[in-house]
Amino acid sequence: MAPYESDDSTTGDEADDMRAGRRKATRYVVPVAVVGLAAATIGLVPAFAGSGDPDLPEVSAQQLIEKIAASDVQQLSGTVKISTDLGLPDLGGLENSLGGAAAGGRGGSGSSADPSSKLLELASGTHTLRVASDGEDKQKLSLLDKAAEYSVIHNGDEVWAYDSASNEVYHTDEAASGSADSSGKGSGDGPKDRSKDLPATPKDLAEEALKAADGTTSVTVDGTAQVAGRDAYKLLIKPKQSGSTVGAISVAVDAKTGLPLKFTLTPASGGAAVVDAGFTEVSFSKPAASTFDFEPPKGAKVTEGDEPAARDHADKGDKGGKSGKGLPGGTEGPGEEFQGLNVIGEGWNSIARFDTGGEGLPTQEAGGDAGRFLESLGDQVSGRFGSGTVFSTRLVNALITDDGKVYAGAVTKDALVKAANEAK
Amino acid sequence: MWTLGLLRNELGTTLRRWRTLALLGVLAAVPVLVGIAIRIETSDGSSAGGGGGEGPAFIAQITNNGLFLVFTALAATLPFFLPMAVGVVAGDAIAGEANAGTLRYLLVAPAGRTRLLLTKYATTLAFCLVATLVVAASALVVGALLFPLGELTTISGTRISFGEGLLRALLIALVVAASLIGVAALGLFVSTLTNSGIAAMATTVGLLITVQILDQIPQLHALQPYFFSHYWLSFADLMRDPVYWDDLVRNLGLQALYAAVFGSAAWARFTAKDITA
Repeated sequence: MAPYESDDSTTGDEADDMRAGRRKATRYVVPVAVVGLAAATIGLVPAFAGSGDPDLPEVSAQQLIEKIAASDVQQLSGTVKISTDLGLPDLGGLENSLGGAAAGGRGGSGSSADPSSKLLELASGTHTLRVASDGEDKQKLSLLDKAAEYSVIHNGDEVWAYDSASNEVYHTDEAASGSADSSGKGSGDGPKDRSKDLPATPKDLAEEALKAADGTTSVTVDGTAQVAGRDAYKLLIKPKQSGSTVGAISVAVDAKTGLPLKFTLTPASGGAAVVDAGFTEVSFSKPAASTFDFEPPKGAKVTEGDEPAARDHADKGDKGGKSGKGLPGGTEGPGEEFQGLNVIGEGWNSIARFDTGGEGLPTQEAGGDAGRFLESLGDQVSGRFGSGTVFSTRLVNALITDDGKVYAGAVTKDALVKAANEAK
Repeated sequence: MWTLGLLRNELGTTLRRWRTLALLGVLAAVPVLVGIAIRIETSDGSSAGGGGGEGPAFIAQITNNGLFLVFTALAATLPFFLPMAVGVVAGDAIAGEANAGTLRYLLVAPAGRTRLLLTKYATTLAFCLVATLVVAASALVVGALLFPLGELTTISGTRISFGEGLLRALLIALVVAASLIGVAALGLFVSTLTNSGIAAMATTVGLLITVQILDQIPQLHALQPYFFSHYWLSFADLMRDPVYWDDLVRNLGLQALYAAVFGSAAWARFTAKDITA
């Protein structure tokens, strides 16, 4: 553009003025066009990227399940995006302190690098995880945080957990703790077991879902999809009975390797998925060996998982971990270590019943503010069993009766009350 | 060639200004303060940031490796100090000349308005780079003086050599400088709207603060990915191993978009403006 062309608007000529004014206005077309182009790109690219399901030979649901079972992917690295929306109130900082409490007190002897204190973080919101695996001896799972990362590294006999935000390390040596494992208590020692307990990858989640696949479940193949740039079959798992809060579970299975790439759990009540975990990026080549090498950084606080005191809180944390597992998996009761645990019903409608032995919830009079707070989170119900409080999420409901019994399951509120009535 | 002469001239004028030097001085002082504070806090052997992961990113690692002071200093200055300095320089670019009555003399030279605008923008971008490098260099010197150096642990837990750490620090400084492209374009556009340099600077810095506040309001999360400051801290992803590129790429794309939109808006305004001062 010539530099002075619009400066002639001082000539006084009406027509010239008009023309100059219009010419001035037309220049603003450029930024507007840039905005429009950007908006169109942002709006349309995902729409096009999603189209075009791949053409794959037909398989039956049975074949696909066998394919998942036979899947033996040893070497893998990738990025997993996991979103959970259980409909829990956003507890923010409270959630952290709860996580800390599960680890036996974060402020006290606990270490923020203790895996169990990280578990609750996955129960709400969207998180990015990185997974890498090279055979049975080497695995790494990292939780990507803002400007920080939390990694659990399993290499041979050693398990390390590293929290870069606080520069703290948690370490257990399997060779030393192996005897406790084989004593058969099955409570799981060290972060390795717990990191396995944590169904973070779509594969773990799919396996949990397929465990429940029995007579009460319909399993079908529901077309194909592209996940993380790979062709995949979609397996649709639906409960046959009514009364479950689980609407449907969709698992995208990699057509070549049989590895589940994406797991989506939609609630019966409709709306957004409760759990949506899928690879956004996956590679089946061998990860760099240095990925699994870990040496505590100089000056980092190292907590040994094998010291008796630490073991004690690790076990406590494990229960926290187990119940955390029940939530995303959706099909398991909250841990088997609780005393007096009974399972009522079968398949998707199974309800875990256990006796806390306590007095139920602190009532308003006894519990003060805490009691009021808890009551405000739940709904009061009553029936032949007496009365109690129902705590609801979009997936799991729990009924805590006033005489200290707990009924929990991925079932509707009515089903819980019915079960409580029948158990009476 | 004439353009280069103009650019050199502009760079010289901008960087020699007392105001610019004072801004750079303040920026260089930030890592010194952070470094000394951590040195004093940890002199009894406790860990920085209370050990609970509070404070700016990477702060817990500084005592073990001075190189982390570079990352902490950049993380501490990027949300406010750096963009404020850039906002001052960018806001002053056109409006300041108009205010001082020198803009028409610049335009008398046969360079053209578009070229003058490009030169002004290039000067602002050069300042972004200089300001970031000043923070990084000052942090590196302070870090080396007060804390040990050596091999470092990435936030993914893997180890890299000190040389690679330095390389990543340089890369991070470049990414941080690039993160300021959007603010620079915004400031330049504001600068073409007014004849008062102070008004342009205040507006730019005001916009910066507003956007930073809006970025914290959870109800606006649908809009937040389009705020120029939203992905600023993604530079920390360069310290992962392997590097996590998604947010870094998004950040650079967003900065390019802001540069295109507000750069062209500034052009539309400036080339059609009546210059009276």
